[in-house]
Amino acid sequence: MTENVTKKFLYVNRKAPYGTIYALESLEVVLIGAAFEQDVSVAFIDDGVYQLKKDQSTDGIGMKNFSPTYNALGDYEVTQIYVDKESLDERGLTADDLMNLVYEDEDDDYAEKSSISIVNRDELAKLMEQQDVVLSF
Amino acid sequence: MSSIEVNGKSIETDEEGYLVDRTEWTEEAAQILADQDELELTDNHWEVMHFLRDYYEEYQIAPAVRVLTKAIGKKLGKEKGNSKYLYELFPYGPAKQACRFAGLPKPTGCV
Repeated sequence: MTENVTKKFLYVNRKAPYGTIYALESLEVVLIGAAFEQDVSVAFIDDGVYQLKKDQSTDGIGMKNFSPTYNALGDYEVTQIYVDKESLDERGLTADDLMNLVYEDEDDDYAEKSSISIVNRDELAKLMEQQDVVLSF
Repeated sequence: MSSIEVNGKSIETDEEGYLVDRTEWTEEAAQILADQDELELTDNHWEVMHFLRDYYEEYQIAPAVRVLTKAIGKKLGKEKGNSKYLYELFPYGPAKQACRFAGLPKPTGCV
């Protein structure tokens, strides 16, 4: 890279974690983008909210349970994770059903803070408008 | 497919020398992989490799070098959590080379 160019990336996840490769691919792309020190945020909408469901088990389907990897997002300085409230409501889920994703705030004596914000659709629309790049999975 | 020979047992590696199945890893395997790079393993090398294996166990990924450096600093102290220290241990890249010796896949975010 020639210049220190930082763009705002939003990754939008709409699909359930297993059954297709979208969720896992998205997570890998998010981590790669973050490793290149971009301004990354991630949104979970529709069945995508299931990706953050805690206590996932893939024993019955013979796939790797990659949900622990979401806990590494904080280490990668991906600290802006947005979850659509209506999608949670439609599926009978609340914030308590989601993994507790946190990061350490260097500017606040490394206090552990939640990365997850529950937002409504208006807020999501505004968020999308602010981005340089929106990638949908 | 390539492979390495560990105590008479053949362990499969991919085209870049990473173990195909990380559960086949042993400390002897690490030693043989390090011999290929003509690198002598010290306690400081083992410390980083074990750290990486623990990290993989917890998060199911091998961390990118920037993340590794920070996490090492937090766990093992600032004098170890810097690129200079880690590159001196693993001249081909602390994440890439150490992961390979530790039997882990290539770190996510490395190209």
